[in-house]
Amino acid sequence: MSLAAPAIDRPRPTWLALDKLGVLVAVAAGIGIALPFALFRANRIVPGEAMGLFAALPLHLALLLVATLIGGFAAALLRWPAHLKLAVGLVVVGMLFVLAGLSASHLTPDGDSFARVSPGAGFWVLAFAFALLVTDALTRLALRPWQRVAMLLAVAAAMALLLWSGLWNDLSMLREYANRAQSFWSEAQTHLGLAFGSVAIATLVGVPLGMVCYKFAALRASVLNLLNIVQTIPSIALFGLLIAPLAWVAAHVPGAKAIGISGIGATPALVALFAYSLLPIVANTVVGLVGVSPAAIDAARGMGMTRWQRLLSVELPLAFPVILTGIRIVLVQNIGLTTIAALVGGGGFGVFVFQGIGQTAMDLVLLGAVPTVALAFAAAVVLDALVDMTARGTRT
Amino acid sequence: MSWGNLIRLVALLTLLALLLWPDAFSGAFGLLTTNGQPAIYNQGNLLDITLSHLGIVAVATLGATIIAVGLAIIVTRPFGAEFLPVSRSLANIGQTFPPVAVLALAVPMLGFGTAPTLVALFLYGLLPIFENTLTGLTGLPPAVVEAARGMGMSGWQRLLRVELPIALPVILAGIRLSVVISLATATIGSTVAARTLGEVIIAGLLSNNTAFVLQGGLIVGVLAVLIYDGLSALERSLLARTGQTRA
Repeated sequence: MSLAAPAIDRPRPTWLALDKLGVLVAVAAGIGIALPFALFRANRIVPGEAMGLFAALPLHLALLLVATLIGGFAAALLRWPAHLKLAVGLVVVGMLFVLAGLSASHLTPDGDSFARVSPGAGFWVLAFAFALLVTDALTRLALRPWQRVAMLLAVAAAMALLLWSGLWNDLSMLREYANRAQSFWSEAQTHLGLAFGSVAIATLVGVPLGMVCYKFAALRASVLNLLNIVQTIPSIALFGLLIAPLAWVAAHVPGAKAIGISGIGATPALVALFAYSLLPIVANTVVGLVGVSPAAIDAARGMGMTRWQRLLSVELPLAFPVILTGIRIVLVQNIGLTTIAALVGGGGFGVFVFQGIGQTAMDLVLLGAVPTVALAFAAAVVLDALVDMTARGTRT
Repeated sequence: MSWGNLIRLVALLTLLALLLWPDAFSGAFGLLTTNGQPAIYNQGNLLDITLSHLGIVAVATLGATIIAVGLAIIVTRPFGAEFLPVSRSLANIGQTFPPVAVLALAVPMLGFGTAPTLVALFLYGLLPIFENTLTGLTGLPPAVVEAARGMGMSGWQRLLRVELPIALPVILAGIRLSVVISLATATIGSTVAARTLGEVIIAGLLSNNTAFVLQGGLIVGVLAVLIYDGLSALERSLLARTGQTRA
């Protein structure tokens, strides 16, 4: 993640000068205040009733939010130092998240288990606007890799605390979760297993394949072309096409069934995700190895290293950051793609997304989509930090 | 004619034949069916569905190109320079959103059908084009920009006559990436009732008919490879042209 993109030079601002991005944030936040903060539905199916800020919250909380937002406007518009903007932005976003839960408790009649309260468009626009402020501040701060990981852990801990405290229990998404708590965690396990498992297998196969392609240039074009073509097959088709051959393997190869290979379920999903992962890993391995400076290879040769020693102890470590970038791309992509596996009975968070589409229950869609996006985002931050850390040692 | 082009020509002709006279292929696809299932998709005309699929991708990509290139131009001008770092971060974050999620979340606002698919493809297509346009516009050889400035060109003239033409191959590479992703992603649109080739694949999945799955998948795959190769060739010729003017 280029949250660490170098800050650009600009003239030393005075503290009262306007910040252009801040104007954008403020305009978006202004629209957000005008839009309904929460949506109330008497049950899961009926259309929602929009609730403005003061209708959705008890008076004192609504006033608290308004006061916080005024602070947020100031932080966005004025050229304050980035860490101050970051702090105010985080406070505003945190406040929005807490109040979304409180508005649900406020709007839900006591003991009513049918009513559904979900955050309205106003909440989403406000959250987006101030998340933009936070992103901008983080980008300007150009945090070190470990600082970014620490930041991610802090945010994850805050989210966990929010969920654990029960503040959100009256929100519609968590109502859907409460009905499906058990299947949620088993689908989560399947999702993680498919996404990480396919990337792990692809790394074990792809890196050696990339090394072979690097050593034998004649192979390179044909292997990369073949993998390129695999990428163009739409994911749902590839999942589907693997069903028949895998069913055949399960029926005819002794022992295949015993290790869990079958035509439907997780196996075709795992194989398809593996097939999609190969291209970025193989291609990045080749690119990384080709990019190793000839001087380093010469020096290794001069030290009397054999071909294999050079490859394993010089070229591969130097190419590692590029290979890791390939793994990062694939992991983020596969966490998202695994949602499609639900279409072939492979499980994962996609189960909730497609059930939600089928029942036009958007809270159920969110229950599948939000964890997927959060996982992909966390994976991107952590692996980007790792890439930066490893790259520092190898690039001058 | 090289071997590669010969294969491409054969693939194109086969694809056209499959779309125009699908019944001629029922023998081949029939090998994959069981219990007398239909071999060729029978709930709609394959040619119509393919054209609708291509149309959705074309409209989404066109919109994405206009917006992404426009935004990239803004953030690389002195006026928008403040937005450059944050726009890069946003593009990166945007890529972590799976297309299915975007698609599903667009449904409550836009209803079922083509509209949510168009929105999802548009949003998803923005990122590669934006990234590449940024790369193209920020990676210009400084000597060229300096020379244009020295000739007394205004900001607009530099942009239109120097910067964009030189960056064009890189921008086109972004568009190519975006089109290929969209072609495959559009199939998912059929889960929210868009008329794309995903309809054929999903019908196959539901009725356990591998022939349908293969038909839908093959048409999308062959289209993607042909379009990818076509745009690559266009890029190479553009690169050669700008290379000549630069020399």
